[in-house]
Amino acid sequence: MIDTKVNIAGVEFKNPVIAASGTFGFGREFLEYFPISKLGGLSTKGLTLRQREGNKGVRIHETTGGIMNSIGLQNPGIDAFIEEELPFLHSQDTVIIANVSGNTIEEYVISVEKLNQTDIDMIELNISCPNVKEGGISFGTKAEIASNVVTQVRKVCKKPLIVKLSPSAENIVEMAESCVEAGADALSLVNTFPALAVDISKKKAIFDNITAGLSGPCIKPIALRMVYEVSKAVDVPIIGIGGIMGYRDAIEYIMAGAWAVQVGTANFINPKACVEIIEGIEEYLQKEGISTLEEIRGII
Amino acid sequence: MKEGYREVDISSNTEIAKDIFELKVQIEFNDSLGDPGQFYMLRSWDFDPLLSRPFSICNIEGNVVTFLYKIVGRGTNYLSKLKPKDKLKVLGPLGNGFNLNVNGKVALISGGIGIPPMIYLAKKLSAEIDFYAGFTNEVYYMHYVQKYVNKIYITTEDGSTGQKGFITDIFRPEKYDVVFTCGPSAMMKKVVEKCENMIPVFVSMESIMACGMGACLGCSIKTKSGMKRVCKGGPVFEGREVFFDD
Repeated sequence: MIDTKVNIAGVEFKNPVIAASGTFGFGREFLEYFPISKLGGLSTKGLTLRQREGNKGVRIHETTGGIMNSIGLQNPGIDAFIEEELPFLHSQDTVIIANVSGNTIEEYVISVEKLNQTDIDMIELNISCPNVKEGGISFGTKAEIASNVVTQVRKVCKKPLIVKLSPSAENIVEMAESCVEAGADALSLVNTFPALAVDISKKKAIFDNITAGLSGPCIKPIALRMVYEVSKAVDVPIIGIGGIMGYRDAIEYIMAGAWAVQVGTANFINPKACVEIIEGIEEYLQKEGISTLEEIRGII
Repeated sequence: MKEGYREVDISSNTEIAKDIFELKVQIEFNDSLGDPGQFYMLRSWDFDPLLSRPFSICNIEGNVVTFLYKIVGRGTNYLSKLKPKDKLKVLGPLGNGFNLNVNGKVALISGGIGIPPMIYLAKKLSAEIDFYAGFTNEVYYMHYVQKYVNKIYITTEDGSTGQKGFITDIFRPEKYDVVFTCGPSAMMKKVVEKCENMIPVFVSMESIMACGMGACLGCSIKTKSGMKRVCKGGPVFEGREVFFDD
């Protein structure tokens, strides 16, 4: 009998597959294609204290083996999320993770205080969005700055706290260790890679913000290496993110040390990607005679 | 519950003008195959290119859905190589369609490869229709639309067929009760401006999209009632709701 359950910071996930923030909305669109209660968890679209319209100009650009995006955290704001989306999400029988972004430490703190009052299962602190002018990634590159945000949030946060790391961290292991020391219960890595695309006919950058976040299969080997290095260095659960398109990619992350994975870009290619990955993991374990994920976690 | 991507057979894939293809696929669905203005995401590849490509419904006859597309990049180039009996993966029908309950005299205005939804709309509307079509040079598909409309107005940029110039140059809004349009953003903006606040105008917007089903927010546009996703809130919008310059 195989068992794919994982326990991260005291929260039980029925399987290790989490829909990644920014790729799954608040779940409603995907409910048309499969019962989202099948998911291990769902990380919400990045939430900010106030509503954001997101960025102007081109927002999506396809590149070899990946997608660049510059959505700019379009979201309804924390209050509207709590009022309009959370009751629906909590009726779905899966772990709900609120992904939170901010321009200032104070915004992070106020947002988390508001979420403390709800029945959200976990908070994922996004200190790594590459597509907003203030805050975002600026918190996610230097370990001491990230540590300060996490420390301030930890003081008020009553929920299990995941910190989402940027691949732009000067030193990903040092960044991970600082965040854990500051109070992170788990780490998710990595966010999109800051990248550049040029329109040579217009002789300018494709995106208004010049750079945008790269995701998809092309980032997987680099993200996988980071998960491997961080999992060897810290004692908290790691959630692997980056180019997971099928169950084989998910198994690779688990073997590299991840407790769970987040599936992002694949949701755009196939609305049923998450559920197919869950089934693929189960079939793989069955075929290989493996009964729990713990048996293969971090074996690399 | 929707099924997600389904593999379907290609019936035909024919070049009908330079770099313009007519693709017919057999879709064995139990539910509706779609309404005018709705679209499908198509892919004939695994992960390279990564994204599917959105195409409006041009026609439905029985279980055969027709799409028109222009070769503009790698995805459409791959599509152009497909032959009858080859497989294609389709997701749809997606998005909202045009309101078919209109009265009076109707103008359908298309520019370039904005023509497909206008073709199917012409077939499905029961009103009196004038069809305006602007092409760069080669004219296509007008034979098909002829039987559904009262009059066809054609412009080409090189003057090879119809009147030389843009289709918006010859459109006279005062003759109509309702206007539907699909084509380049600048053309649709001009149509909305010409109609001022006298006539209702419905536009079918185009935007770069990743998922086609409302998740990525890549296709969001600014409207008078906030940000709207072209794939989910559209592609059909009330013309005056849209900010064409944003």
